[in-house]
Amino acid sequence: MQIKDIVQEKKQQNIQILKEYLESFKNRSRAESNLLTILHKVQELFGYLDKEAIEEVATIIQVPLSHIWGVATFYHYFKLKKPGKHIISVCLGTACYIKGADEIVAKLKEELKTDLGGVSEDGLFSFEEARCLGACSLAPVVMIDDKIYGNLTPQMIPQIIKEYKRKHKE
Amino acid sequence: MARLITVYVNNKQYQVEDGQTIMQALDKLGYHIPRLCYHPKLSIEGACRVCIVEVDGMRNFVASCAYPISDAMKISTNTPELRRARRDIVELLVDNHPMDCHICDRNDNCELQRLSYAMGIKQRHFVGERKRYQKDVSSVAVIRDPEKCVLCGRCVRVCSEIQGVFNLSYAYRGFKTVVTTAFDIPIAESVCSSCGQCINVCPTAAFLEKNYTQELFEKLCDPGLIKVVQFAPSVRAAIGEAFGFPAGISKEKETIAALKKLGFDYVFDTQFGADLTIMEEANEFLERLKGNGKLPMITSCSAAWMKFMEQFYPDMIENISTCKSPMSMLGAMIKTYFAEKIKVDPEKILSVAVMCCTAKKYEAKRPELLVNGLSAVDIVITTRELAWMIKSAGIDFVNIQPEEFDNPLGISSGGGAIFGTTGGVMESAIRTAYEIYTGEPLMEIEISQIRGMQGIKEGSIELDGKKINVVVAHGLGNASKVLEIIKKEPQKYHFVEIMGCPGGCIGGGGQPYAGANSIPLDENILMKRAEALYGIDRKKTIRRAHNNPAIRRLYKEFLGKPLSEKAHKLLHTHYSPKYPKGIIPKEMTLR
Repeated sequence: MQIKDIVQEKKQQNIQILKEYLESFKNRSRAESNLLTILHKVQELFGYLDKEAIEEVATIIQVPLSHIWGVATFYHYFKLKKPGKHIISVCLGTACYIKGADEIVAKLKEELKTDLGGVSEDGLFSFEEARCLGACSLAPVVMIDDKIYGNLTPQMIPQIIKEYKRKHKE
Repeated sequence: MARLITVYVNNKQYQVEDGQTIMQALDKLGYHIPRLCYHPKLSIEGACRVCIVEVDGMRNFVASCAYPISDAMKISTNTPELRRARRDIVELLVDNHPMDCHICDRNDNCELQRLSYAMGIKQRHFVGERKRYQKDVSSVAVIRDPEKCVLCGRCVRVCSEIQGVFNLSYAYRGFKTVVTTAFDIPIAESVCSSCGQCINVCPTAAFLEKNYTQELFEKLCDPGLIKVVQFAPSVRAAIGEAFGFPAGISKEKETIAALKKLGFDYVFDTQFGADLTIMEEANEFLERLKGNGKLPMITSCSAAWMKFMEQFYPDMIENISTCKSPMSMLGAMIKTYFAEKIKVDPEKILSVAVMCCTAKKYEAKRPELLVNGLSAVDIVITTRELAWMIKSAGIDFVNIQPEEFDNPLGISSGGGAIFGTTGGVMESAIRTAYEIYTGEPLMEIEISQIRGMQGIKEGSIELDGKKINVVVAHGLGNASKVLEIIKKEPQKYHFVEIMGCPGGCIGGGGQPYAGANSIPLDENILMKRAEALYGIDRKKTIRRAHNNPAIRRLYKEFLGKPLSEKAHKLLHTHYSPKYPKGIIPKEMTLR
């Protein structure tokens, strides 16, 4: 079985779990008032608000998609795009900022070809901001997954990204 | 009647009824508070804060659209502080708006422009960053330009509360708030019915119809083309408003003259198409009544309704009449019957339709409606676009010498005229079906049960002792309500008329904008437009579609008889479910 098929199968399993979960919300009046709880469940299952899953929600609890989209986009907590395999968090806390975090952000934007809050095109990296990672002595810092990279300069970024891409290829 | 209370407005004492908002009370007293997001047909949003007033004892200014009036209330509407606050509120909107009025489609007819002027904004204090968005030009009918949006939310509310389509919503937050579709998908890929009511209620140019006037002006100068145009009944009932005439005056002959001056060779009447539709539809209904086909039969003239049905109620396709709309029927006849008559290659004919409707732009592009591989209608422009073309070409519409329709597709019955108003298709169908079924002409030709602006109208008629129940709905929200009834009680009605827009085609998404002294969706204006059409009907000697001599000749010379094989090929169509599937919210189904 190919990785793609495994991913697809896992997704279908999650859709099934979601459908069972939504049973109890069916035919309730004021369905919209349950929307937040349901969206939390979707994110828990899929890691983000998957389009197919949201369409299931809309159909089953009979709330128009546009309303769900309005709620989903209002709260920062909800992820609208599938997160990357690796989460890059750039510290934008005071110390890092003074030490040139903005230049790090600019370089990462260039390397990943996406804005803060986005996902790189190859789906490998989520690009997020963080507020002080408690490693101010190493400023400016970037955290990738649970690994801290400190005393960074923009020139160091391409090598780091390349390393992750290489590992992924293997 | 509600209890009377005493209030003070700008230190003058008044008696007003309890149980209304401050704005409602002040409107009746002759104080017109400036407003933006408020619309009497829509729920109260209180989003724009333009309608603030000062109330004694209240810490802040209150939004008069939302705040209830109460006994002994002391209200000020024009203090310097209030005027400054109101001015600032509007200026903040203006500062987040592209300042390109002179090249804007709503120039001279924009509520934000009028408000800005009324607030006396002479200086700009808050110039700063403004929002930037791409226009969504994906749809062939409705264009969305979020940069022009002032977030009043009238489009969101008309799309959900009146039309029941729920395609639009506010998304994101703060400075990034935008009115958009689910998943920000292009309008063309959404559940948008193309009805254009968002355009009608938008105070600015955030929603517009797709404009085809430039292309048309060019084609009108092409010497190799025979230029043929048709226009809908509702166009004549409303176009005068765009030239300063009061609502309710038919400008049929003036419109014909203007179209001729624009360069059209033949001007035909969509009302002829309507008569043809009735011939087919009335016979189709009687066939279904005999057991050949599903009941209730639902009309199929309204393009927005057809798209809505395919996305929201695909399980009802079998109930939909297979008849094409009058526009598409007439278009098909222009490219076949008429082309043969004038001995011209149909490819050399430019078939244009002027419609009160934006969804007709979508209909004209439906592949199912091609006639021998050609579009039945090549270009659709709205009443608004025609009015602009007339002005742009320097044609004096106000003093124009009236002209007559061309033959043979310009002759119509009164039944064709009333097609433009809610209940009109049903009334005309009954006039013809009754006579075909019973062999006697219907005496009570004006069927008052199904006239008027009530959202859902029921009626019944006896056909040789058989009681036929009919229902008429206008506005897609009302359509949903009727369809939910039919789902529960499939036997309740025999014949259903649905028009996508409030008031029917006369309230279409392509009609002239409400001017400075009126509001969009105004029932009084809709009633006057309807009355213009009923007036045309009353003045006609022929009021029943089947008595139209040009229709009889068309069947004799070309089509054979109604529902013949040729008629089926040229005048009927089919529908199919479309993605994304629309979702009917629970409130619609629980009632």
